[in-house]
Amino acid sequence: MDQFTINLLFVGASFALYIGIAIWARAGSTSEFYAAGRGVHPVTNGMATAADWMSAASFISMAGLIAFTGYDNSTYLMGWTGGYVLLALLLAPYLRKFGKFTVSEFIGDRFYSPTARMVAVICLIVASTTYVIGQMTGVGVAFGRFLEVSNTAGLLIGACVVFAYAVFGGMKGVTYTQVAQYCVLIMAYTIPAVFISLQLTGNPIPALGLFGDHAASGEPLLAKLDQIVQELGFNEYTAHHGDTFNMVLFTLSLMIGTAGLPHVIMRFFTVPKVSDARWSAGWTLIFIALLYLTAPAVGAMARLNITEQFWPNGTEGQAVSVEQIETDETYAWMQTWQKTGLLGWEDKNGDGRIQYYNDANPEMQERAAANGWDGNELTNFNRDILVLANPEIANLPGWVIGLVAAGGLAAALSTAAGLLLAISSAVSHDLLKGQLTPNMSERAELMSARIAMAVAIAVATYLGLNPPGFAAQTVALAFGLAAASIFPALMMGIFSKRVNNTGAVAGMLVGLLVTLVYIFLHKGWFFIPDTNSFTDADPLLGTVKSTSFGAIGALLNFGTAILVSKLTAEPPKHIQELVESVRVPRGAGAAVEGH
Amino acid sequence: MSDNSENNGYWQANIRLVKICLVIWALVSFGFGILLRPMLGGIPVGGTDLGFWFAQQGSIIVFLALIFFYAWRMNKLDAEHGVDEQ
Repeated sequence: MDQFTINLLFVGASFALYIGIAIWARAGSTSEFYAAGRGVHPVTNGMATAADWMSAASFISMAGLIAFTGYDNSTYLMGWTGGYVLLALLLAPYLRKFGKFTVSEFIGDRFYSPTARMVAVICLIVASTTYVIGQMTGVGVAFGRFLEVSNTAGLLIGACVVFAYAVFGGMKGVTYTQVAQYCVLIMAYTIPAVFISLQLTGNPIPALGLFGDHAASGEPLLAKLDQIVQELGFNEYTAHHGDTFNMVLFTLSLMIGTAGLPHVIMRFFTVPKVSDARWSAGWTLIFIALLYLTAPAVGAMARLNITEQFWPNGTEGQAVSVEQIETDETYAWMQTWQKTGLLGWEDKNGDGRIQYYNDANPEMQERAAANGWDGNELTNFNRDILVLANPEIANLPGWVIGLVAAGGLAAALSTAAGLLLAISSAVSHDLLKGQLTPNMSERAELMSARIAMAVAIAVATYLGLNPPGFAAQTVALAFGLAAASIFPALMMGIFSKRVNNTGAVAGMLVGLLVTLVYIFLHKGWFFIPDTNSFTDADPLLGTVKSTSFGAIGALLNFGTAILVSKLTAEPPKHIQELVESVRVPRGAGAAVEGH
Repeated sequence: MSDNSENNGYWQANIRLVKICLVIWALVSFGFGILLRPMLGGIPVGGTDLGFWFAQQGSIIVFLALIFFYAWRMNKLDAEHGVDEQ
């Protein structure tokens, strides 16, 4: 059986499983749909939330970014897990006590203002749309490889599938579908990692293998990796090279953003009890950590494997020959990935070999001149292909490759569909029915939801063709926007009785707009390529990259809200009482559907 | 329960606990993982140093411990102050 058939089988079987579960446990009413978590054990709920949250960014993209940068990209690992501490300590139990379903409802009620609710909805739409662009990038990579077509064709086909998947609707809210998705996703991530860890270090647990010894050389794995990447002129893997201030800000942005994203927060509104809300953040993080503790091992081991494949005779010996790439089974992955347009090589100096090295490094330029090399000949290695290509690079059996394809699609599709649902309900339910046309019929509401979804996916697909970065980088921008707009409003709504409606609205607007403008200045206006005035290599403010600005945006949001509130009247008595009641667990009822 | 949570023991105990947890949260990630890494540079862990381990794995493990500790401690506090869900 060829690999294409195996992939088709695995992807097909996993989809049949999700759809089967969705039909078996179909959600009926709105409240069933939102409250899918009710009556479900916190552990099961944690698993479902983990599947909901881990997207193409975590699954497809992150390990690749770590592999090619090393220590400096630990920011993703700390940022995307550290946010759960903020969520568990500062938001989850209080929002559960409040007892409504959505973030915008809390903001609207706590800041006693339809304007505040509307601003929150806009913030959610902006952050979610940016998030979907990142997902579409991942969807394009996964479909391109799995159907063996170009990245562009993969993206267009993927967009249709995502749309169908999201319109099918309710299945997203069904906890057990997500549990199944989590199982597929985590197996697809860890099984190849276990194989590779065994090959390289003899340790079956990748997270431990990373800090173990490289079996072939007897040296510690990371020391070996440091050595060979430096011999090719690249940065030392475990050392710190970038700007420290930017690294701190970026990590903080990801953390705050995690605690400000609506589709995750929503899960904690609907757990049975306040005490469960505290636990479930922990359970969710356990299931996320299974992937996140494995990811750095996947990155480092893949980097080692790739480098050794290009230099089969050691970094001082001869590079791999073009003939070998074209005929040797070990290099078959390069042929398949070349078709997607995300991997490319070129024998520039015509010596029949492909030299992969850092041609920007002066020492390597000397060596290149001495050996007649004409620049790095691995001309294109898209970071987003690393995880999906990893089992092929390590020559793992065909079923593992099929499993990884299914896992990548599960991660990208579930999150993309979930975000599209969030966007469409924000537009139809919160904006149109809640504000602009309150008398709208249910049919019209449903129709406008579909249209909003179609528009969002069209925009995301268009921008996904020329994405502002690799999947995880684009998603990081979405986290920055959520950090700058939503998180401060939620936190102040709970921890301050003094912040009033004017303050909150001003804070959210300042946070969102300043962050959005800073991002657009660096990534192009509305992410349209070539409309940017600055680049992240040389940012507007010192060393602050656009992906890191969310933390500053959040600070501006806090500052503005507190200052404006001080200058205006304090919130009415009943709002102060609402804050008091949110602060204690006693008296928490079931969550109710809002107006 | 008093009307004003700024003056009641339950809320103050909660705030104190949150502060302690957040200090540890920041220490293991921004501290050991990034800013204080040079200080931990001398402690070898599997071919690199302790700071690298904290940045890639250690901080995640501490985050988990923090969330479970906070949940356990708060659920006890709820009961002690008689504000738990019945």
